[in-house]
Amino acid sequence: MNEDSTPTEHDSGAVRLVYPGERIDAQDGVEAGHGIRRINGEFVAMRMGSLRKDGTTVSIDPLSSRYVPRAGDLVVGYVEGMTNNIWFLDIGASFNAILPMSLAPWKVEFGAVREHLDVGDAVLCRVQEVDETHSAVATMKGMGLRKLKSGLLEEIPPHIIPQVIGKGGAMLQTLKNLGQSRMVIGQNGRVWLDGDYDGMRSIRGALDVIRETAHVPGLKERIDALAIE
Amino acid sequence: MGYGDYQCMDENGIREDGRKADEMRPVEIECGVIPVADGSAYIKWGKNEAIAAVYGPMEAHPRKIQRQDRAILDVRYNMAPFSTSDRIRPGFNRRSREISKVTRDALESVVDLELYPRSKIRVEIEIICAEAGTRCCGITAASVALADAGIPMSDMVVSVAAGKCNGIVLMDLNKPEDNYGEADLPMGILPMTDELVFLQMDGDLSMEEFQTAWDYNIKAAHEVHAIMIEALQKRYGGES
Repeated sequence: MNEDSTPTEHDSGAVRLVYPGERIDAQDGVEAGHGIRRINGEFVAMRMGSLRKDGTTVSIDPLSSRYVPRAGDLVVGYVEGMTNNIWFLDIGASFNAILPMSLAPWKVEFGAVREHLDVGDAVLCRVQEVDETHSAVATMKGMGLRKLKSGLLEEIPPHIIPQVIGKGGAMLQTLKNLGQSRMVIGQNGRVWLDGDYDGMRSIRGALDVIRETAHVPGLKERIDALAIE
Repeated sequence: MGYGDYQCMDENGIREDGRKADEMRPVEIECGVIPVADGSAYIKWGKNEAIAAVYGPMEAHPRKIQRQDRAILDVRYNMAPFSTSDRIRPGFNRRSREISKVTRDALESVVDLELYPRSKIRVEIEIICAEAGTRCCGITAASVALADAGIPMSDMVVSVAAGKCNGIVLMDLNKPEDNYGEADLPMGILPMTDELVFLQMDGDLSMEEFQTAWDYNIKAAHEVHAIMIEALQKRYGGES
């Protein structure tokens, strides 16, 4: 689970947006980070996003993105299909991940994969490996990894996950308290909620606010205000 | 009105729609008009109206079209049947195939396709109302939609066109000027470096006329680029 993940530090004050192709002033010794490329000695923004200067690195926090799987990510996947010994999971990335029956938490007979997971089922799993062409293998062997049988799933853009978790998990705790619900955030932007109806509804409302205004400073205050209401 | 009778400019150098020779039609752009798309843009360019939507990167299907080292751009330019006064038969035709191809070639030169091997980025351009210059409209809208989708690219392609009518080089031809004119020069320009990624020429231009049309296009590309940035800024409400 992501409660211990280190959140992204966001500078206070106005956000400076950069656009593809924009030249970025950088002093000597500064390195190009995510979303920035050095072309003919100049730093060029490769995507739209807010500019961040972190020590000696200058990078771009994207404002929209698609999930790119990395080994070790906790994700929520939907079963999209299967063969005799493999499930295909939609993990929100460009490509489906495969879940071999050897990495399922059950003893699965060859040809009987459907008895455990059928098309449309949601699972909490972890990305085991990703190759250079972005093909991913998922595993359900591990603590807490399971088929999701209750609750609901909400989707958020993957790049705002650090804000949903907050500094030291503060935002996540606020959300959990707001709805008195269990909550798991998948790195692919799928959030699992399980609690009573009204609680889950208030968390969904808060997630809507985060989704719309994650790039505007003062997010914690806005969510805290919701909690007080 | 027969061919050759058309007068595009009065004695004061003002065109039929009130513009001077080097002036563009008004351009408006709005981002994020299709909520289900990863990125989208609406553009109104004079009477032209177009919507571009970007989906992906996603797995390329069928597998034979996959490239092991990069993504492919799947661009589809389409004119709605109601976009012109004469109904257009729905579906692909020779012209839309050609424009889809040149748009793809122009965008491929900026999009960082190597980041997404075996994938496909789908770009859909739908012309809602057509009044000369729809390919420029489509390419510009597609660039904004790609930026809105967060697709990495080294610059945004701005497409503009100049042309010639009654022997006068004019910026951004409207419908009658295009129909009765002698030449048309659409260009795709990278505004940060003034590099050229796309150029087509219908008709004949002398070297001097070509140079004038080129200068008009470069100047206009910077104006349109500022509008594109403004649209993206408006969507995300930041400071540039």
